[in-house]
Amino acid sequence: MKTLTHLDDLEAESIYIIREVAAECEKPVMLYSIGKDSSVMLHLALKAFYPEKPPFPFLHVDTTWKFKEMIQFRDRIAKKLGIELLVYSNEEGIKQGINPFDHGSAYTDIMKTQALKQALNKYQFTAAFGGGRRDEEKSRAKERIFSFRNKEQSWDPKNQRPELWKLYNTKIQKGESVRVFPISNWTETDIWNYIRRENIEIVPLYFAKERPVIYRDGNIIMVDDDRLKLRENEKIEYKKVRFRTLGCYPLTGGIESDADTLDQIIDETLSAVSSERTSRVIDHEAAGSMERRKREGYF
Amino acid sequence: MNSEHNNTRSQLKFITCGSVDDGKSTLIGHILYDSKKLYVDQIQSLELDSKIGSRGGKLDYSLLLDGLLAEREQGITIDVAYRYFNTDKRSFIVADTPGHEEYTRNMAVGASFADLAIILLDATKGVLSQTKRHARICKLMGIKNFVFAINKMDLVDYQKSFFDQIAEQIKLLSDNLKLDTVYLIPVSATEGDNVTVNNHSIAWYEGLGLLEYLEQVDIKDNNKNETGFYLPVQRVCRPNREFRGFQGQIESGNVSIGEELTALPSGEKARVKSIHVGMDSVDSAQKGQPVNIELDREIDISRGCVLEKDSGIKIATNIDVLLLWMDDLPLESGKEFFIKQGNKITVGVVDAINYAINVNTGEEKKTEQLRKNEIANCSLSFYDPVVVDLFDNHKTLGELILIDRVSNMTSACGVVTSIGEQVGNLTNEQIRAELTNTQNNIFYFDVTNNINSEQIVKQVERRLLLSGINAYIYNYADNSSEVSDGIIEHLSKAGVVTLVLVNGANKQSIELLDKVKEITSESLFNYIKNQLQ
Repeated sequence: MKTLTHLDDLEAESIYIIREVAAECEKPVMLYSIGKDSSVMLHLALKAFYPEKPPFPFLHVDTTWKFKEMIQFRDRIAKKLGIELLVYSNEEGIKQGINPFDHGSAYTDIMKTQALKQALNKYQFTAAFGGGRRDEEKSRAKERIFSFRNKEQSWDPKNQRPELWKLYNTKIQKGESVRVFPISNWTETDIWNYIRRENIEIVPLYFAKERPVIYRDGNIIMVDDDRLKLRENEKIEYKKVRFRTLGCYPLTGGIESDADTLDQIIDETLSAVSSERTSRVIDHEAAGSMERRKREGYF
Repeated sequence: MNSEHNNTRSQLKFITCGSVDDGKSTLIGHILYDSKKLYVDQIQSLELDSKIGSRGGKLDYSLLLDGLLAEREQGITIDVAYRYFNTDKRSFIVADTPGHEEYTRNMAVGASFADLAIILLDATKGVLSQTKRHARICKLMGIKNFVFAINKMDLVDYQKSFFDQIAEQIKLLSDNLKLDTVYLIPVSATEGDNVTVNNHSIAWYEGLGLLEYLEQVDIKDNNKNETGFYLPVQRVCRPNREFRGFQGQIESGNVSIGEELTALPSGEKARVKSIHVGMDSVDSAQKGQPVNIELDREIDISRGCVLEKDSGIKIATNIDVLLLWMDDLPLESGKEFFIKQGNKITVGVVDAINYAINVNTGEEKKTEQLRKNEIANCSLSFYDPVVVDLFDNHKTLGELILIDRVSNMTSACGVVTSIGEQVGNLTNEQIRAELTNTQNNIFYFDVTNNINSEQIVKQVERRLLLSGINAYIYNYADNSSEVSDGIIEHLSKAGVVTLVLVNGANKQSIELLDKVKEITSESLFNYIKNQLQ
């Protein structure tokens, strides 16, 4: 018998969780953000049910400000794998012209948090898989794998259901839902090592390449389209950069890097001096900001 | 090769127990800090937070762990926090849990997840009732390996006598609770003595440092009692007409193509036709792997069934469990719950709270009610038989949770300590019902019109008897209607298929053929039909 490694253990745990949801929850959906964690979740879902296709759809909440390469990747992968992909945007927000430059944290709330709530309501999903990991942020470190949401879709960190062994409680009333985090126990290193081991395709933005960027407020922002208006003294430069996390391009800081292979990325990640969330602009707020966001329904 | 590239590491999940005064969060914070698993921004944030904290600018390692706002405000650890780090040898997941009695249920959550428990105690205080509580809860939830870290050795000038005295107390506790493996380490979490390696700052201590021990402790034998192979079925996989697979995780043993497995509760057997682990088709699979198994013939298997081989796993409706009550409202006997056990949610009743166990002292006493964070031995019964085993024999099938039928809260968790004889707990009527059909077994045949019909009913009776059904013809006209009604009722209760001949429609009479169809197999029905024509 082969010796099972910690990646095998993590994989087995995630597959177990994904199967439990498919078996017990009435209408599940897997959130798909196109990033590396989502790519791993999608891969796990394929493995969990093979030769059957995952028996639930995948949902991408599109803020309309994602990198172009992300959207191309999303559509190509969905087609290639034959999964059911739903894309939802907050039309009201688009009409009002809500954008990351003028609306700051309201943008994240309206185009991400509210959009997600609207999408879950629209399709009446009772369980939504998210790619949250407990090593990402302190309030995530305390969240259950099956995390209960009330009718307002908010999280009550002081009143979490006890979660024992692998006996997940999926019982809910009408209107309530659960968020399920199958990769809770994975670290960033595990994610990268697993991507390499399983040869999982990821968005090319993770690999260093010469890209048009500007330096703004200490971040390297890629000029992905002409909606990014240059401020005085800003000029577009071509730099070899890559991204450790992917989101809305105006809010995602890149890093200068030569890492253009998985091995190099992993080396760079392991010797990195900052945790990955520092490249997300919203996380620079005071301690506790993520917990507040989550109480309000942010994933 | 960089150690981080090493994908062959095993995983160790452990829990840390102790109150905040014991320095639990500080200990784990220190391990993370020393094993250089912090990013610069986390260290900066730690240094910044420490300045405004209660330790006058000295690094407060516990700030790395106490994540929730309420906890930062109150300075206590309310809920389980999970932390991740690795060394060359192992990948670690730590569940840091609250020590206060009020949060016992949260400690149980962490313990249910772990292979090993580190129980911290204060060298100046020794074994306290909370130490006993922590050990008891960890043991209850199935932990086999215990490390007692005697912290704050710096405060007793590293004197061996303090350590020895506490070691005596731990020996007593360990014997009392029948802890499987126990290791003692004197440490100072704030100073870093024996936290990662034995740095010989405690000259008389020759054992391993805490992290060293965690790196090499063998947890493979933790479930050595588990005999045979078993796979609780999570889901039936049916992508098309050709494929019908059973998905689940192998909980013990291994399985190969061609092996004969038994499906519980049906008891039907079939051979393994194919095994998938993920997208790979394999010849065999082992404990810990998620599989999708095809069998060589169609047998009755759905979610909650168990595929097994030589496991001795049982089927029962009555069990005794050690229950930890976790709900705000107390438990009273007679209450009905959803019970999740194995992969199945069924309905059952807490028939009796047999005795409560004091979580600190272990003392047993009678009780009518069980309050939050209390433990008791209780008797449960299920409405339908479940596939179950003792927690000590096949762990996964000996774990359960009770879910409140109204609030849906996880109200309690429990482990199976004894299994009732299924038949022994049934009433005579229930047993008779198992043996025979005692319901809807009276059939009235109107024999007025057809002179041959009495002969036909006799044919029916004969065929029923030959096919193993105890049938009996009774002529309603033989006695007064009152007497006849009584006789027919008794025949029915005794489980006899009673064929009553009546004249006219004064009793509910039936068309012969229709009723025969109901009580016989298709082939028997066809035979009788041919006889009638």
